[in-house]
Amino acid sequence: MTGYIFRRILQAIPVFLGTTFLIYFMVFAMPGDPLLALFGDRTPNPAVLAQLRAQYHLDQPFIVQYLIYMGGLLRGDFGISFSGEPVTEILARTFPVTIRLAIMALIFETILGIAVGLISGLRKGKLFDASSLVVSLILISLPIFVIAFVAQYVFGVWLGVARTTVSSTAPIPELIMPALVLASVAFAQIVRLTRASVIETTTLDFVRTAYSKGLRTRRVVPVHILRNSLIPVVTYLGTDFGVLLVGATITEGIFNVPGVGNALYQAIIRGEGPTVVSFVTVMVLIYLVVNLLVDLLYGLLDPRIRYVK
Amino acid sequence: MRIKRLGVAAIALAAASALTLSGCASGGSNDTAATTKADSTAIITANGSEPQNPLIPTNTNETGGGKILDSIFAGLVYYDEKGAPHNDVAESITTDDNITYTVKIKPGQKFTNGEPVTANSFVDAWNYGALLSNAQLSSYFFEDIEGFSYDKDSKLTGLKVVDDNTFTIKLKSALADFPLRLGYSAFYPLPASAFDDMKAFGENPVGNGPYKLAGDGAWKHNAKIDLVVNPDYDGGRKAKNGGLTFVFYADQGAAYSDLLGGNLDVLDALPDSAFGTYKSDLGDRAVNQPAAIFQSFTIPSDTSNYSNPDAFKHFVGEEGQLRRQALSMAINRPEITKVIFQDTRTPASDFTSPVIDGWSDSLEGADVLKFNPDKAKELWAQADKISPWSGSFKIAYNADGGHQGWVDAVCNSIKNVLNIDAAGKPYPTFAEARTLITDRKIETAFRTGWQADYPGLFNFLGPLYATNAGSNDGDYSNPEFDALLKKGSSESDLDAANADFQKAQEILLKDLPAIPLWYSNVTGGYGEKVQDVHFGWNSVPLYYEITKS
Repeated sequence: MTGYIFRRILQAIPVFLGTTFLIYFMVFAMPGDPLLALFGDRTPNPAVLAQLRAQYHLDQPFIVQYLIYMGGLLRGDFGISFSGEPVTEILARTFPVTIRLAIMALIFETILGIAVGLISGLRKGKLFDASSLVVSLILISLPIFVIAFVAQYVFGVWLGVARTTVSSTAPIPELIMPALVLASVAFAQIVRLTRASVIETTTLDFVRTAYSKGLRTRRVVPVHILRNSLIPVVTYLGTDFGVLLVGATITEGIFNVPGVGNALYQAIIRGEGPTVVSFVTVMVLIYLVVNLLVDLLYGLLDPRIRYVK
Repeated sequence: MRIKRLGVAAIALAAASALTLSGCASGGSNDTAATTKADSTAIITANGSEPQNPLIPTNTNETGGGKILDSIFAGLVYYDEKGAPHNDVAESITTDDNITYTVKIKPGQKFTNGEPVTANSFVDAWNYGALLSNAQLSSYFFEDIEGFSYDKDSKLTGLKVVDDNTFTIKLKSALADFPLRLGYSAFYPLPASAFDDMKAFGENPVGNGPYKLAGDGAWKHNAKIDLVVNPDYDGGRKAKNGGLTFVFYADQGAAYSDLLGGNLDVLDALPDSAFGTYKSDLGDRAVNQPAAIFQSFTIPSDTSNYSNPDAFKHFVGEEGQLRRQALSMAINRPEITKVIFQDTRTPASDFTSPVIDGWSDSLEGADVLKFNPDKAKELWAQADKISPWSGSFKIAYNADGGHQGWVDAVCNSIKNVLNIDAAGKPYPTFAEARTLITDRKIETAFRTGWQADYPGLFNFLGPLYATNAGSNDGDYSNPEFDALLKKGSSESDLDAANADFQKAQEILLKDLPAIPLWYSNVTGGYGEKVQDVHFGWNSVPLYYEITKS
């Protein structure tokens, strides 16, 4: 087990180096000079522009810029944004907000999704099943910004029961609505996955055996059916958690959540290379860790999956 | 059963966190209350955007940082709602020849750290802003002062401190509207402590304006900035409220929802999506008035610096002039501003803006900006006789700025009237479009726009169309135009100067170095709880006048 984890961590190193290089290259190759955009419609004097270029090392060839950046990264220096704020501070400020939002969304979608999916699966073809299928179909087919705008208008403006946007400290009560919106799509997917998986498991021999041993439904459903139906759901949740953690740009924009998605979006718009690369680097790390955790979780759910050596 | 129990747990969890967090929040508001005067505690919340640069006056050239700086600094003069200058820190600004100005400042004024505001506070700040190696975004504001150089670091020798409250400014050449410029943020003073560590200063700026930062770290990056009233400020912009909070929005739609939801008091930019509904949503709290923003598209005049001069071969000489006029008359401006912009733009009748003193809608030759399909066809046919038209007409724009709608409409208007192929040419980002324009590598007409820095006609003309001017993207050059600008700048009287600038514009209306389209309005609104909301000439609300009940 430890050997397995150690190998996975070693594998992460080339992935990490490769992605930073690729992202840095892509930001570098973006057409247009981000410094020119700083001046708006006004054309700056070439001398001032040259000074600024030197300040951000933008006058150096790509490989030199990349090495300067990586050198800083190894010393824990992620560079400075155009507004003069160290990128480490931006990361430290935005990630907790996004993590909070992601965990909340994950809790909502997991609990609600599995519960509804389980009931649907057990009562296949009944009214509850049919209506949950319709609801999940609607949620999957609606783009997330539609759900977000409708929720914002109905609960924020019209009914006035929730704040329309999230304030700067992003307290948990204000994050409930954005988290529910974020969770909605994954919720629908999880309902469908759980339902299909439960239906399949229910027909398997060991479930019949369990019933014929005289076990009660109360025991068979959670221990025999649910546990064995969860593998595909966990895989999905793992990837989805990764996606949630790296920031939901659209949802964060609509609810003005001061999180990763929002910050990254603005950095991309401004062409701030170091900020973009640093964000993506951290995201890659998170993705790697979450994937590792998911793989380890399989072993807990299904003892047949073992990681040898 | 299971669901129910989980539901209860979730509610309990939410409730628990609500308690902890509301504890936090009330702690925060206590802090603010402590630094605010007891009699006026209403904090106005307004929309903003994360400043692109540290909050240093000479390094801020966009509205996000600009409206914060205007609130926490006081310059020699300030502009009122109409754009007329009034003395703020200055007691008097005098000149005999429009070249040497003597500035006297009111004695006894202080920065919020207790330092006195002296002649040196201005002279040192301007020298810092002008120094080449400081690479300040607004350094060009000092280029007319003697000693300024783009080639090497050089002191502004034109600035001389006479005594603590007096200094003189010597310009390179006569500029009648120089005092008018002094209200722009680049000319704000800085306390001596700023120069010890400009980076730290930009994070926690210390000013002398109607407001000040609510303590260190009041700037919560990408989220908001809290300002409280500066009790020591004694100029004409004394705050009538207890403070200002600028909430930064990445998306204007979120700001608009907050205005409707009651979380935001003042909004100074509507999202495009609200154009159709904002009047019914806000009633008489909706704002839609012209602003100092001019929109146009430019067809290069002198193509010798362009990488592909051939692309503009139909737009030079007499043929070019005819075609420019034909294109201009082929655009149905009133219809486009009505249909595409829901009347949030005003069709242009000159090259400046209606909020600027000296603007006129009856300049000689302004007919060229009126929709006139017959005349347009006629002129186009005349041009075809000189050299027949070939190819298609394209307008380049950046796709990240919401320009597609009007570019398509303008091109359709041209296509329908002139029977030629016309279309927009989008570039993904603003940076890419600007780089092609700056490098003269663009091969089509391109979108151009101008937002005034100070309320003067010259600001719309000199930087854009004077020979070799910084933002003269179409390389336009006309000695007659240059001469009129120069004449206007040396007039001792602003009205005489404006008359010269109007004459200069009449030349532009013939040559059409850029084709004027419309003036952008400032669109916004305010909440039910605030009163006395007025939007200034520069589209920014006069925050200090707002009261809240």
